[in-house]
Amino acid sequence: MTPLLFVLTVALVSLLAGFLGSLLGLGGGMIVVPALTLLLHIDIRLAIGASIISVIATSSGAAAAYVRDGLANLRVAMFLEIGTTLGAITGAYLAGIVHQRFLYILFGLVLGYSAMAMLRRRRVAEEREIGPLTMRLKLGASYVDEKSGQAIAYQPAHASIGLFLMYIAGSVSGLLGIGSGALKVPAMDLAMGLPIKVSTATSNFMIGVTAAASAGLYFTRGQIDPFIAAPVAAGVLAGAFLGSRILGRVTSRSLRVTFVIVLVVVSLQMLLKGVRG
Amino acid sequence: MSDEPRWVDRLISYVLRGGVTISVIVVLAGLIITFAHHREYFRSRPALGALTNPGASYPSTIGAVIEGAREGRGQAIVSLGLLLLIATPVARVAVSIAVFVIERDRLYVVITAVVLALLLLSFVLGASG
Repeated sequence: MTPLLFVLTVALVSLLAGFLGSLLGLGGGMIVVPALTLLLHIDIRLAIGASIISVIATSSGAAAAYVRDGLANLRVAMFLEIGTTLGAITGAYLAGIVHQRFLYILFGLVLGYSAMAMLRRRRVAEEREIGPLTMRLKLGASYVDEKSGQAIAYQPAHASIGLFLMYIAGSVSGLLGIGSGALKVPAMDLAMGLPIKVSTATSNFMIGVTAAASAGLYFTRGQIDPFIAAPVAAGVLAGAFLGSRILGRVTSRSLRVTFVIVLVVVSLQMLLKGVRG
Repeated sequence: MSDEPRWVDRLISYVLRGGVTISVIVVLAGLIITFAHHREYFRSRPALGALTNPGASYPSTIGAVIEGAREGRGQAIVSLGLLLLIATPVARVAVSIAVFVIERDRLYVVITAVVLALLLLSFVLGASG
């Protein structure tokens, strides 16, 4: 493979990853890292470095559209980003210490659990107690449902649980070079009771900041190779742009089912990789 | 209910889109310059290994990137674009602080300032470690 063909191949793979990632709130990283390592035999550390960059590109590109449409909740994002950035710094540091196999297995388990939990909930709109912290944070807002054209108001609960879960999600992000939207969305959707569309949009919004918190460390470690990261960033961006165009037209239900299927497949893949080493 | 006014959404949207657009232009320009300077990249195989291995030589400090970009080196210009991309979410957080100051929302000025401090800390930690 010549360098030119290599760059074009990486860009195409990244385009597909970015499209799927933005559609699901997963970020491109979950798809780009296996593709770069398994298909193109790129060193995993460089794949993770390029992935971090792609994650920033996906999030910022799609988030611009979500924010404009009023889907992302800025207050929820700002508050929870304390957790994700702290976690990202922790994770980027731990990356050099903890064994990767252990992390793959742990990640697979967490993903599998999140998928099952989402299937179980489905239509239960349970009453949540709004604690004093959550009230003080003024997190409530509303969004306009594109299908019905109605404004839907919501009030998140359990802000402190959300913050803790975001610290975990940020750590995973910093360790594996992924956006870990798969952990952020359930934390908002299931733990805090945010509507799935708001969760997905806000997750995308936060992922860029989370990734930026660990990208500095990866950059100075020399793990962001311009020859790999450039086509990844450009490809993912193009894909994310397409994905953000489609998300508003997918019903929440079909989005949820797709999300669960993807989560299960990815979690099995993670487990397998961890077990086999 | 505390829905953000539309202008905040638009401003943040512009910051994100502007940052991403500028960095992509710089990255693509750097790629074009790299290939223009190295015609052998259209044909040769061995060149790839040298470019995509952990030992590949490319600048890994902000100073080295800026210096290389000034000299017109393609890879350094690509890295400059990637640094601008990393800086985009940081800029968004900085703008958010200004927004909350204008709205006199002290709690969220503090929350956002903490996030910005953590982001800057990560860059400092990376540079020192």
